[in-house]
Amino acid sequence: MNDNRQSPPTLALATEQPTTELPQDLYIPPNALRVFLETFEGPLDLLLYLIRQQNLDILSLPIAKITDQYIHYIDMMQELQIELAAEYLLMVAILAEIKSRMLLPRHEQDDEAEEDDPRAELVRRLIEYERIKNVAERLDAIPRTDRDIYTFESAYEGLRIVKPLPQVQLENLATAYRGALARVALYQQHKINREPLLIGDRINHVLKLLDSSHQIEFSHCFRAEEGEAGVVVAFLALLELLRAGMITVAQSSFWSPIYLRRR
Amino acid sequence: MLLTQKKQLKPVLEALLMAANHPINVKEMRKLLSENGKTPDTQLLKEALTELIDECAERGIELVEVASGYRYQTRADYAPWLLKLWESKPPRYSKACLETLALIAYRQPITRSDMEQVRGISVATSTMRILEERGWIQIAGHKEVPGRPALYTTTDKFLDDFNIRSLDELPKIESSEEVTLKNPQLMLSTTDNETQSASKKNAQPNDDADLSNAEKE
Repeated sequence: MNDNRQSPPTLALATEQPTTELPQDLYIPPNALRVFLETFEGPLDLLLYLIRQQNLDILSLPIAKITDQYIHYIDMMQELQIELAAEYLLMVAILAEIKSRMLLPRHEQDDEAEEDDPRAELVRRLIEYERIKNVAERLDAIPRTDRDIYTFESAYEGLRIVKPLPQVQLENLATAYRGALARVALYQQHKINREPLLIGDRINHVLKLLDSSHQIEFSHCFRAEEGEAGVVVAFLALLELLRAGMITVAQSSFWSPIYLRRR
Repeated sequence: MLLTQKKQLKPVLEALLMAANHPINVKEMRKLLSENGKTPDTQLLKEALTELIDECAERGIELVEVASGYRYQTRADYAPWLLKLWESKPPRYSKACLETLALIAYRQPITRSDMEQVRGISVATSTMRILEERGWIQIAGHKEVPGRPALYTTTDKFLDDFNIRSLDELPKIESSEEVTLKNPQLMLSTTDNETQSASKKNAQPNDDADLSNAEKE
């Protein structure tokens, strides 16, 4: 595809005639044109290509001409239903703006040198892009590993230790199972349930609550669904903490809320 | 046995570098060759390496120094024959991919939006992923501007894979002047009949200075 773009005859854009005649004059199979148009890496790439086609004797960026050609290409791409990135259309707006600014008469006072030439910013971007584009090609030409250069690897991955597995026959399996059943029968099972509510756990829980708030109410130390046991365990935890001197407990009157605080 | 003679050192180094699955630098070599807390002399090591490099002169393989150390590799000249060894062809990277890589290599650290600014078109996430998966680029930090965009840099693996020791060895990037000379159309001048501009402003923008700085880095 590079060849296409470097040899002007393919599209023969650079003639004295405006390039609008291009698609009519030359027979380019639609698929080839499509492939060609799809090779552009964005609006700057397309603009650079169009500028390169200008083999006219000029030392300037002929913005009007370039704008027309650019729009012509965009039209072609749209006709071929190539999905255009929004950036292509944005460039049309940029070109149109530059073009209109070029037409305006200039202020004579040259105090703001930066506003001199409306094309300057675009040209700067084109040059900048061209530099990267060129160096990218040179980068690709460097010999690199896994394409031009191959390094060596040794396959040693440590010793593999193979443990021989015991041989088992189906009959052994059946015998073992029968033996296990016989032994099970000899044992009476007695199930012991672990106490779900532990004082130690509750103490930790209460301390954690006290870490996050200055003072807590006793009723926050247990949950309703734990029932009576929950209240008892929480109260025992309270007593333990009180005994260890880690908290103080206050109750203003009978049946009023009990408050816990860290000492 | 501490290796104190170049003659002893060379075959050991050769074997070591051949068997290693990654480049080895001088520091690692000294560690690998140390004996009872004593390490071979650095100068001696370097001399041995230089001789090993010279001895490859007429061989299909060469000993080279890349960013993360020394390694033996096949010479690039023989790639056409070696390529037939593999079932699949090595990947070719798209222009978008290479331009993105070039931007990161020459302008690092750089944000994605800065890359898009130069290329004039958005950088596809898939492009970034290809480069990241290849281990050539990494996120080195975040720019302290709103949104904290990621700053990309190239990795040591990038240098290794491109067969160079440091970023200085990358191909030189053209200056704006060189680009303009090759493309006189990009030169803005008063002879342009489209403009009534009386100024003699050239196409070289004033940010040229920081561009050349970027190259030095």
